[in-house]
Amino acid sequence: MNNSVGSVGSTARLLGAGLRALLVLTVICGVVYPLAVTGIAQGLFPDKANGSEVRSGGRVVGSELIGQRYDLPLKKGQETADPDLKWFQPRPSNGLGSNRDAGVNTRYDLILSGATNLAGDSKDLIADVRAAKAAVVKDNSTADFKVRPSDVPAEAVTSSGSGLDPHISPRYAELQVHRVAERNGLAVNQVRKLVDEHVDGRILGFVGEPRVNVLQLNVALKGLAAGDAAG
Amino acid sequence: MLQFLALTAALALAYRPLGDYMARVYSSDKHLRVEKWIYKGIGADPDTEMRWPAYLRGVLAFSAVSVLFLYLLQRLQGSLPGSLGFKSIDPDQAFNTAASFVANTNWQSYYGEQAMGHVVQTGGLAVQNFLSAAVGIAVAIALVRGFARSRTGELGNFWSDLVRGTVRILVPISVLGAIVLVACGAIQNFSGIHAVGQFLGGSQEWNGGAVASQEVIKLLGTNGGGIFNANSAHPFENPDGFSNLFEVFLILVIPFAITRTFGRMVGSLRQGYAILATMVTIWAGFTALMMWTEFHHGAPAFDIAGGAMEGKETRFGIGGSAIFSVATTLTSTGAVNSFHSSNTGFGGGLNLLGMQLGEIAPGGVGSGLYGMLVMAIIAVFIAGLMVGRTPEYLGKKIGTREIKLAACYILITPALVLGFTAVSMALPTPKDSMLNSGAHGFSEILYAYTSGANNNGSAFAGLSADTNWFNTTIGLAMLLGRFLPMVFVLALAGSLAAQKPVPATAGTLRTEKPLFTGLLVGAIMIITGLTYFPALALGPLAEGLAS
Repeated sequence: MNNSVGSVGSTARLLGAGLRALLVLTVICGVVYPLAVTGIAQGLFPDKANGSEVRSGGRVVGSELIGQRYDLPLKKGQETADPDLKWFQPRPSNGLGSNRDAGVNTRYDLILSGATNLAGDSKDLIADVRAAKAAVVKDNSTADFKVRPSDVPAEAVTSSGSGLDPHISPRYAELQVHRVAERNGLAVNQVRKLVDEHVDGRILGFVGEPRVNVLQLNVALKGLAAGDAAG
Repeated sequence: MLQFLALTAALALAYRPLGDYMARVYSSDKHLRVEKWIYKGIGADPDTEMRWPAYLRGVLAFSAVSVLFLYLLQRLQGSLPGSLGFKSIDPDQAFNTAASFVANTNWQSYYGEQAMGHVVQTGGLAVQNFLSAAVGIAVAIALVRGFARSRTGELGNFWSDLVRGTVRILVPISVLGAIVLVACGAIQNFSGIHAVGQFLGGSQEWNGGAVASQEVIKLLGTNGGGIFNANSAHPFENPDGFSNLFEVFLILVIPFAITRTFGRMVGSLRQGYAILATMVTIWAGFTALMMWTEFHHGAPAFDIAGGAMEGKETRFGIGGSAIFSVATTLTSTGAVNSFHSSNTGFGGGLNLLGMQLGEIAPGGVGSGLYGMLVMAIIAVFIAGLMVGRTPEYLGKKIGTREIKLAACYILITPALVLGFTAVSMALPTPKDSMLNSGAHGFSEILYAYTSGANNNGSAFAGLSADTNWFNTTIGLAMLLGRFLPMVFVLALAGSLAAQKPVPATAGTLRTEKPLFTGLLVGAIMIITGLTYFPALALGPLAEGLAS
């Protein structure tokens, strides 16, 4: 038998050994390891290790990885602001971190991430998807461009898992081109070109999905609109 | 599809070197210098052989101390520095979380970014991500030694197995993996909650944290408890398509490779391949079914939307989410990159069934292998009944004692799952926690206990599980679902190691052949099917068929 496991009164000794093992291993796995990794990460990839911040006009405007809202200022009596249709719009974010009864909608406030967790046959979800689809069709139809419901991609009318999805599909970005061009007084071709430049393909051609980063697209759009106004 | 093939290729490449390396780690006589210091600190002699009761006492003592330590750490959080101003955790939730992380489950009834500061996350929860995984591997290795050794009853030294698994396997892979994740964009810092400007003015609140370093061991150790509530769907934990595939690789790499370790240690690589083939068959089958049901988007809301993208991230899409969700529920990981509650009815059913198989394809680190070997014993026994012959496996007789222990092992988890689910449905208040009603609401509760007792930790997260009832009962389910099976496994290991080997004869079932793999897959599906079919019919099957 093991010498640390005697017969009488051994339980206390064994628990002591367990505690000492836990403390020693905590130092390795809970102190040395994370500090070493933090040191290496901050040395090699400081931008990424600190959240991939995006700067525009000399100030931080968010993270490349975290979605945000592009809304009009909140009007009196409104609970949620209307989208500012001048800018490309992200996916819906109806997740609450927990559920609908629990309180505040995260709406891309990073402090609480989460999904709606609604089932595919949930009446609430069906109503949300219907409403979102109608809004996408209405908002993006202009005088000479009519959006058909079948043109709307799935991610444009559903909430993501994190509630912080920074991307939309190229199809949804494309769908917003006419509206964005009209609202900014830009030519449709100019805006379409901008979208095309901002499509990130699958990594190595097969990993992940094609996507457009909404923040980077809007930063570029701002530059384009400003340049156009100046010229 | 190509992603799945690339993943398979990467796992195949890692299989031999990692499997052989792990076999050397657990067979070597030499101790590294750092390990000698650790043994001195523990006050244990790493070379003393333990019989199964001593080994088990080591496992239980270490785990009991770990639960207590983690409980106290959370209860004292309010007074500790580096806690980001978060309060101490309430007793029922602190018990649940402590049980959860020590039992390698990582069920979370709290919101990561709103409850746990740096000290608890990094110094408590992440540490158990390493150690609970190392304990799981140690128990599996003890069972393998039971098959490999004869006429002894000695199963190795628990402290040595624990320390080696941590120092030689988990920590080195984690360091490399964490750097890969940071290179993709996962964060790794110790800043507090701070405001960051937004495009149209205003600001977002950001959490800092040692995210990459915890993310990698959360997956590598098949733990699953994320720093953020959104888990691996959060862009700071899982920034892009490549990191997603890499994370699935981390989940699967040890559980698959350990079959090679097993083959090496019992002296027949082909026995390891037969176990591997069983795991791969089930894993590939589940992935194909999951892809089919999710792309087919069979649910009213998804038909209107034009795709099952609810709860899924754009950068992963349906394919990347399906691969992840199968890997996480067929192992004991329970990390999620998409929210299973918003899967299609059949998709959610596959997640449930994956856990109900006992998480053996490939299963949690260590626990997957010992679970599969117990199933193999059952399969050999069934085959023995058919031909009327005393069953043998790997040169050991499967007698009354062995089959009793194996039967106890496979009965304990279903008893916990179905018992607690039935009581929860019968009592008046637990049902108030359901978000969805009807079949899906039932699935939320069935999923919670399945996930807890099988040490998975993923959730149909609509369920508001932070109640006294769920914190306590799921906490119990996790502890009993983790440690009772370990008791049976170690007892089994001891009884096998004491036997003398039986020479193979013409009548011996050849357990390294495809025929046995087929028998094993069949036995697993039938046993699980008979156990859980009635419950599944009330939940996900009813939901899937209705749409």
